[in-house]
Amino acid sequence: MSEPDTPALNIAQCRRARIDRALQIVVPIIVLLAALVAWEAIVRIKQIPHYIIPTPSLVAQTLIKDWHTLAPSLWFTLELTFAALAMATLGGVLLAIVLSMSRWAELAFLPFAVILQVTPIVAIAPLIMIYVDSTFGALLICAWIVAFFPILSNTIIGLRSADHNLRDLFQLYRASPSQRMRWLLIPSSLPYFLGGLKIAGGLALIGAVVAEFVAGATGKNTGLASRVLEASFRTEIPRMFAALVLICLCGVLIYLLFNGLSRWLLGRWHESELKGDR
Amino acid sequence: MTPTPLDADAPLIQLDHVHKQFANGTVALRSMSITIGEHAFVSLVGPSGCGKSTALRLIAGLTEPSAGRIIRHASLGTNNAIGFVFQEPTLMPWTTVAENVYLPLRVQGISRRQAGPRIDAVLDMVGLRSFSKAYPRELSGGMKMRVSIARALITQPKLLLMDEPFAALDEMTRFKLNDDLLALWERHRWTVIFVTHSVYESAYLSTRVVVMAPRPGRVIADLAQEAAYPRRDAFRISAEYGAFCRTISEQLHHARPTHV
Repeated sequence: MSEPDTPALNIAQCRRARIDRALQIVVPIIVLLAALVAWEAIVRIKQIPHYIIPTPSLVAQTLIKDWHTLAPSLWFTLELTFAALAMATLGGVLLAIVLSMSRWAELAFLPFAVILQVTPIVAIAPLIMIYVDSTFGALLICAWIVAFFPILSNTIIGLRSADHNLRDLFQLYRASPSQRMRWLLIPSSLPYFLGGLKIAGGLALIGAVVAEFVAGATGKNTGLASRVLEASFRTEIPRMFAALVLICLCGVLIYLLFNGLSRWLLGRWHESELKGDR
Repeated sequence: MTPTPLDADAPLIQLDHVHKQFANGTVALRSMSITIGEHAFVSLVGPSGCGKSTALRLIAGLTEPSAGRIIRHASLGTNNAIGFVFQEPTLMPWTTVAENVYLPLRVQGISRRQAGPRIDAVLDMVGLRSFSKAYPRELSGGMKMRVSIARALITQPKLLLMDEPFAALDEMTRFKLNDDLLALWERHRWTVIFVTHSVYESAYLSTRVVVMAPRPGRVIADLAQEAAYPRRDAFRISAEYGAFCRTISEQLHHARPTHV
């Protein structure tokens, strides 16, 4: 029996892996383009008026034409989303550390976090608008409330999930609480925290958009939700779609950003991000 | 040939009528009294639930006895005198082999640069120097366990506690690690307390085998193994080894619970 040609096998495997990686990018793009072409074709063939459903090409034209008004709104929404997310991350992680260190602190404070989480943001937003003078501040609080809980709950679970034997090892070597936190609990909780961050990223955007809808904010210094509302009042449907496209792109950007962050931080060691042969 | 070290050496640690009861009422250990001398290789053998691991945790100071005393003699020292190897390799998956081994020194505040030669030396000792930059997931089960042993040895402990360290490994790997562990012990002569449920492993490695029974966990026999070191593969088929295995098995037969 002849020996298998190992180098040839490896080259073939590498080529297959490269094709596989390329297909992971190409396939979704092809499907997306096909969907856009189908949309364009159906609207044109059925002669559906643009004030009911505009063609993708008209949406693209509107996006370029109205970029001067849409761009500041896009920036406003992104700023609001990332500011809320930063606050949620800071607050969520710090509170999770406090709550994970003390059962009593958890018993005392976790109900507040749960109440904030389970009450729909559309129901709380009008109250926040009354109590907070600054529109940006009020919107920020709304988006923060929505994004805060996944980070808090995931980080608490992560901090509590450190391997028991490793905890014993740190105890055996008389590690200080700060050493235990830095070298054991934080790295152990990282996959859970990043899972929470991925959810919170999307939720912060949803919170920012929903809060703006509830606030009904208008004027120059407002976000994409206000552009959608404005366009709907004026039945400028292509503009409405253009603003929607930008909101979707924000969501995709946030998703890609945190997926990349997760892959970068966990790629070498955590099951959730490991690829290839074992 | 190295003479058999006897437990008659200066006592290192002593359990004096130690009793351990868990919060749920289970009596894990009842009145365990045992003295471990320097340079001994003592195995604790017994069925599940006989308190072997609890005894080890008590000796390590990871839990407190409900009654009785644990006397740590001056010869044990105080600073990182104890190394612990768990049943699982218990490595930090987010960092490399070298950083895992560095952990006990890092906790002591020793800089990475200062620790470098010691990390290299201890990885050399377990034959993993060339894997210092690998992540735990890139290693086999046996290699992970070697890293775990290297980490326990880096502080040059007087007492090495091993809680069924090779139980999850295949027999070939277990035999190899048994031999490697013995070779290291013969060279360095730390005191080892080795928990196992394998009669054969305990008979092969130890200077002394403590047989324990469950419900409640207690010592039922304390057997000295007089066979000389070094012990290698030939010892596994010797009459002396077979006879000692039989003696341990007979004692364990008495320890067998009536229902499992």
